[in-house]
Amino acid sequence: MKKNLKFNAIWLLIAIAGWILINVLEGVGIIDQFAENTLVLIGINIILATGLNLIIGFSGQFSLGHAGFMALGAYAAALVTQAIPTPGGFVIGMVAGMILAGVVALIIGMPTLRLKGDYLAIATMGAAEIIRIIIVNLKITNGPAGLYGLPQLANWSLVYVLVVVTTIFTVNFIHSRNGRAVMSVREDEIAAESMGINTTKFKVAAFVFGGMTAAIGGALHASYIQTIAPNDFGIMQSINILIIVVMGGIGSITGTFAAAILLGILDMVMQSFGALRMVLYSLALILIMIFRPKGLFGTWEFSVKRLFNRKKKAKEGA
Amino acid sequence: MAVLLDVKDLTKNFGGLAAVSDVNLHLDDNELVALIGPNGAGKTTLFNLMTGQTPPSEGSISLRTNEGMQVLNGKKPYHIADMGLARTFQNIRLFKELSVLDNVLISMTSKNKENFFGSLIRTPNFYKTEARLRKEALDLLEIFEMQDLADTLASNMPYGAQRRLEIIRALATKPKILFLDEPAAGMNPEETAALTATIRQIQKDFGITVLLIEHDMSLVMNVAERIYVLQYGKLLAEGTPKEIQSNQAVIDAYLGGGV
Repeated sequence: MKKNLKFNAIWLLIAIAGWILINVLEGVGIIDQFAENTLVLIGINIILATGLNLIIGFSGQFSLGHAGFMALGAYAAALVTQAIPTPGGFVIGMVAGMILAGVVALIIGMPTLRLKGDYLAIATMGAAEIIRIIIVNLKITNGPAGLYGLPQLANWSLVYVLVVVTTIFTVNFIHSRNGRAVMSVREDEIAAESMGINTTKFKVAAFVFGGMTAAIGGALHASYIQTIAPNDFGIMQSINILIIVVMGGIGSITGTFAAAILLGILDMVMQSFGALRMVLYSLALILIMIFRPKGLFGTWEFSVKRLFNRKKKAKEGA
Repeated sequence: MAVLLDVKDLTKNFGGLAAVSDVNLHLDDNELVALIGPNGAGKTTLFNLMTGQTPPSEGSISLRTNEGMQVLNGKKPYHIADMGLARTFQNIRLFKELSVLDNVLISMTSKNKENFFGSLIRTPNFYKTEARLRKEALDLLEIFEMQDLADTLASNMPYGAQRRLEIIRALATKPKILFLDEPAAGMNPEETAALTATIRQIQKDFGITVLLIEHDMSLVMNVAERIYVLQYGKLLAEGTPKEIQSNQAVIDAYLGGGV
């Protein structure tokens, strides 16, 4: 009991130290406006990819529709903050987006999660396209032109806090009884059912959870970039998130963090290469897939607890 | 003894093929029953029908619960498992990329449900339940001398240990009836002998009913109190090992002349 508290406290300290470090770097002038922009995009990508990793890596359901849920969060936040341009308005918009995304994920998940593999990927891709097309055709969302001139209510601090919160919730979920049940579905559905696991329920739960976190990412995206259009949430966006998950390691949250940061920095550094940027970016991906086909981290996770136990063991050994 | 599981006129047609037809059988409390028959006799299909993996075409399966006899037809496999029917698989179906301990813990979920908000925010209760389940799981592993393998990935274990883990995982659901589908398949004589002892021990220590499918006659004749013989989806004979050994129909169909 006390021990668990200790590890949780260490994680909290790491999170606070990271926040202070970024603050100091910004004060000293190492992080300029451009770097801060990258930082925020990395944060948003972490939120999006963590949710997708829960769906793909832990429940084993191959979804290609993450951008659809992101769009719901983005538009909900954008519309609400247009009406109420205060931080409170942003919170209301984000929560509304999460609820909307959760409900839509439930409706999409119930029928499509009966499918497997490629079929599920196509079905979720189609669902995301439906969401996008609806947004294109609605008047309130301003059609294909999208919404612009939104109040900027998200800054890097808010993104940072939300990255920490969603990660804690996701990791807690994975390491709970429900989370183990979700993983058993990935491993062997028939065996899981025979052990008393309601596989449909847990598949849908992971899908809804992932969809809701995508809405958080979308809300932050809308509020930071200040301009959104339906085309921002097409299939390419879903694939961009998927790339982070696959590159980091399917089933590793640590890997998702590393890949999001690496790709973000790569993207930033290569801005000056112009058209060559996409070639180099793709090349980097190909090289990683050749040398680390299971992603950078496979299913490995960083754990403070294990680090401590190892130190203890080393001490006892000496 | 009171009937625990009652199967009446169970039939399963796959297209024109009757994989199981008009099977009547019953399991009593604390009993060790074997189901034998030639390949393709419908033994595994019968298992799948009883545990809800395949819906029956006709007939009924009922289980005695606290609220009297309850019909299992039309119930989902996870519901049936929750009611007390656990099984192992002919071709091992472990949660391969998870640790041995996790394999056992997953089976305990249905009897220790938690709500979704509870799993997001860690309350002191979470740690308490988690610690209790861990201990229960380790105790269970210890009975089968597998506690040292708790952190090993299930797929990294030798074949015999994987088979044993399947049984432990099924036991972790706290079943009333344990279905074992060819537990000795692919084992050498020593391993089979050890398994025979294990099955006896399980039935005694846990006070549960065991129904096993097996081709290894030495094991069947050794442990079973009653035997059902299945052929072409029909029940051919029923009786004690002695009766079955001297049953002419069974000898002709399955055991062969020399037994």
